[in-house]
Parts: sequence; C-alpha cells; structure tokens
Amino acid sequence: MTTAAGVEAPSNPYGPPRLVHPLRGLLDVYLTEMRIAIAEQIQYRASNYFYMLGMVAEPVIYLVVWSTVATQQGGSVGGYTIGALAAYYIVWTLVRNINIVFTPYGWEWRIREGQLSAQLLRPLFPIVEDLGFFLGWKPVVVLLWLPIAFFLAVVFHPTITTSPLAILVFAFSLLGAYLIRSLNQSSLGLITFWTTRVGPVFQLYIAAELLLSGRLVPMSLMPAWVQTVADFLPFQYTFGFPIEALVGNLTNEQLLNGLLMQVFWIAVGSVLVRVVWHFAIRRYSAVSG
Amino acid sequence: MIDSAVFVDDLRKTFFVPVREGGLGAAFKSLINRETKAVPAVDGISFDIEPGEVVGFLGPNGAGKTTTLKMLSGLLFPTSGIVRVLGFEPSRRESAYLRQITMVMGNRQQLQWDLPALDSYELLRAIYRLHPEDFRRTRDELIELLELGDLVRKPVRNLSLGERMKVETAAALLHRPTVLFLDEPTIGLDLTMQKRIRSFVAEYNQRFGATVLLTSHYMADVQALCKRVIVIHHGRLLFDGDLGALANRFNATKTIGVTLKEGTPDLSKYGDVISSEDGKVSLRVGNAVAPKVAAKLLQDLDVADLTIEDPPIEDVIESVFAGASATPAESEVAEPLAEPAAAEPA
Repeated sequence: MTTAAGVEAPSNPYGPPRLVHPLRGLLDVYLTEMRIAIAEQIQYRASNYFYMLGMVAEPVIYLVVWSTVATQQGGSVGGYTIGALAAYYIVWTLVRNINIVFTPYGWEWRIREGQLSAQLLRPLFPIVEDLGFFLGWKPVVVLLWLPIAFFLAVVFHPTITTSPLAILVFAFSLLGAYLIRSLNQSSLGLITFWTTRVGPVFQLYIAAELLLSGRLVPMSLMPAWVQTVADFLPFQYTFGFPIEALVGNLTNEQLLNGLLMQVFWIAVGSVLVRVVWHFAIRRYSAVSG
Repeated sequence: MIDSAVFVDDLRKTFFVPVREGGLGAAFKSLINRETKAVPAVDGISFDIEPGEVVGFLGPNGAGKTTTLKMLSGLLFPTSGIVRVLGFEPSRRESAYLRQITMVMGNRQQLQWDLPALDSYELLRAIYRLHPEDFRRTRDELIELLELGDLVRKPVRNLSLGERMKVETAAALLHRPTVLFLDEPTIGLDLTMQKRIRSFVAEYNQRFGATVLLTSHYMADVQALCKRVIVIHHGRLLFDGDLGALANRFNATKTIGVTLKEGTPDLSKYGDVISSEDGKVSLRVGNAVAPKVAAKLLQDLDVADLTIEDPPIEDVIESVFAGASATPAESEVAEPLAEPAAAEPA
C-alpha cells in the first residue's frame, strides 16, 4: 500500500488487505445493503405492516372522494371511470411504497446524532449507501403489499387494461421514480448543513409533490396550467407516470418519453446532489461526534 | 515531512458561532442582525508523528483535541494550515486515504442496532472492498484479540456499553488501518474493560505497525500506551515530548511518605502536610529540597519507612492546565515548552 506521495505505508507484517474490483465492490455494497435492510425489516415486520396499513388510508380517501364525484357525473370524471380510478389508486399504493426514500428528516437525525461522521470516514458516498439500503426494503415491501392490494381490489373492483410493454415500462419506471425521489430528497436533506432544521422546506416539497405529481389526483384532472407547470418539474415522474404507465393506456411514444424524462431527471438530480454536497461538506462541523 | 505518518503545520480551525442575549427582544433583534462570534478551536498547532508511534493527545475539555482529530481524519476542513496523513490531504477524503485510517470515538455508533455485529461487519467488508478471505482472517483475529466470542452474534441493542465498545472497535479496524485516531476509546468503561482495550491497542500497534494518536481523560490509558504526549490547551500547543519529561518539566514538587515507629507528630515545618494518620505522614516538598528534607526527617525522627515519589500524572497534567489558564499570553509559553518529539515507536 502506498501513500498519495508515493511513500510506502508503515510496515504491516500481515501485508495490506487485498481489494476486490471497484465494480464488483459496488455491486457487493448494494447486495449487502439489501440483505441488511431485509434482515432489519424482518425484525420489524409487524410494525412495518401497521405502517403500510396506515398509509393505505391516504389513497382510499382520494379514491372514495373521486369515485363519488365520478358517480355524480354519470360514472366518470376527467376520462377516468370508477374502475379506472380504483386501478389508479391501488397501483398508487405500490408506487408509494417503492418511492419511500431516506428523507431530509433522516439527514437532520444523521447529523445531530453524529451518524454522518461515521459514514464520512468510510470510502463510500453516503447517498450510495442510502440508495442500497432503501432498495433493500423493497422486496419485503412488495411481499407485504400483495395482500393489501388483493383486499383493495376485492372492495373497489379496479378495471385494468394493460400490455406486456406497459408492464415492462412500469417496472423500469418504479426504479426511476425511486431514484428521482431519492436524489431530490437527498438534495433537500443537504440543506441541513446550512439551516439545521429542514422540516419547513421539506413540507413545501411535499405540498408541491401532492399537487404536481399525480399523488393527490391524476394529473389529467388538474387544470391545464397546472399540467403545464408539472411538465417542467420532476414530481410527476415519481407518481403519475409510473401509475399511468401501467393503467393509463399510454401510447408507446408516451411510455418512451416518460422513461427518457425519468433518465433526464435522474441526471439532473445526480448533478444537483454532487454540487450541493461539494459546498455542504465544507460546512460540516461534525457535531455530536 | 514526507516520512511522517502525520504532519501538521500551523493548523487552525475557527468556528463561527451565533451569539445573542437572552430574552424575547434579543430574539427579535437576532432576526434582523444576526451576530456571530469567531471561536478559534485550534489555534496554530504544529507537530509530526512517525510511522508506528503511539502518541497521547492531552488537554482539558474544549482544548481542541477532538477538532484536531476530526481534521486529521478528514471530517472537518481546516481554516488554515497544512495537514498531511500518510502523504494525503485528509479533507479531500480520497478513498485510498480513508481505507488506511480509522477513527474510534467513544460515543460513535456505526453498527446496525437491531442486527448482530457480524452483519454490520459484512457491510463494512463490502464498503471497503475487502477480499473475502482477507476480511475473514482479520475479523477472526480481531474477535480473538478483543475476546468477543459470541458477542458478535447478538443484536447490538442487547449488548452492554463495554461490549458494544469492543464490537465497535473491531468494526473500526476490519480494514486493517495503518493510522488510528482514538478519541476517548475507553470512556464509560469499567476498569477491566479499559485494561482490555488498552492491551488490545498495544497489541494492534505491535502486530500491524500502526500509528496511533490517542485522546483520553484516563491517564492510565496514556501511561500504558504512550511514550510521547502532545498537550494542547485553548487550541494551542503546550507540550510535545516524552511523558516522563512532562512530569519533570511541569512538576515542581515531590511527595515524601514517612512511616514513623511511634506517634504522629506535626511535620508541617518540613513541608506541606498532605495527609497524616496512624503514624503515616505525606509531605509535599519542592524538587530541589526533597533530598535535604528526607535526610533531615531521617535524622530528626524515628523513621520506620520513607519514600520519595513524583505526584500522580493526573496531578501533573492538572497543574499544566492550571498554569496555562493562569498565563496571560499562551503563545509566549507554547514555544519555549515545546521540545523535540520522541521518534521512537511505542
């Protein structure tokens, strides 16, 4: 092992440890993070389930409201039948579970409790660790989600017409939604380096997400100007696009465009995180260890 | 510089802390005019450490020890000055650098709370890109050296503080770092566990030729491990040299213990009486007069036993800090007190 100046490191009778190839190492990090996350989730399977059940309340309220509106308007609203609305919000529950990521509150906690110091001492960008860890939750989450989806389907009778291509695009778009949301929220979390309290900014983000992503209501039900604004922002690629890719009968061109826009917002998010990190880390005062 | 494991030159770190008076008025005023105060945590210290050395880094709370360690490990950006560790600039946090160092903090928690430490060790293997075979060998060696046994198979939340500290220490060393920054590694541990950590650090230093910079409020840690100490106070260097030289430099007194065959007379005319009970008297006298006072005691009294000792190192350190606090211009004392660093590995 040599130093940056090309000097031999202190003699080590056991020799320096051998390293695996960087690519293999990165894959190993993701797989190990996933294994750890799964092991942790299994530890808390009951509380996870209650959390998921609580989370279902949000789309069920939206579904009941919009189904009522649709009934009063002769069976559909904004082109969505009652069955299509049910399909939208049932798929919503899966997308929501997949796009749960490490939040700015987590960054607050991480800095306050000194956890970030431990991470900064490791030769791995902390956000890479987060991506791997939260990705590891997802297989468990999908397993837990299946019975809930079945129950919702029995109660609300969704009508789904989809295609193999739509299903494939949906699978990729879930990953895209997860990455976009992760990068956005990591950038917001890094604001903690300046403000120490990131809650109000995060709440603003959530409010924008509710209105501009298809989380509160399918985007086609929003006024035209809201849809125009949403086209210039990443939010709809974290909720509306994945859902509609599966149940919205999008054309092949719309599916492709959606995926390309996700790639675009992932690139923007990656650059944003790197730039903010570059300045943020200089402000880190390593409080609490 | 280039052969040093650690090289520090005129290192400074200033924090800008918001300040305001108490009360609602001051709170509103701070909305418009936010005042900050520059607090120099590290104020121009310089030292270097040879590969394989074990150095004690001493100072009272707030002296700047942890801030210095954080700059050395790359956690903090220095305000000014030069820092090089193994030839790297720590604040750049290059992977090749982070793979060769570790920082153990008494209050740090890097293991997954709900899982056995073995799982977290696996994660660290992946993060450090360690070859599985090398990782297993080091892991098993650390488990043996720290006598971890089955502790690594229990969820971390079920471990006692001392047990957790041991498994955390092993986690910090799995990548076999060659430079160790240990910040209060025995804090809160019982005496047995302190001793075990101490002997482990010594063993690790010898086995891997590692360079160690250690802060501790327990002088037993420093005495057991460090031949050389660096003392800082208010962010400035007070002393850099041999631990024994520290006592000689700052300790102006000796303790004379006298055991008398009969009675417990008043011996205050020989020196300051520290204690006096059942024929055993302890006196504090000046270094220069200690032999004379001892001879006089032997001549004047019916003495069963007499000892001359240096005071405990804790008292010496306390007097160093007390002296430094009382000194109006510390920059004036820092230079004359510094002496060439001991280069010999511990």
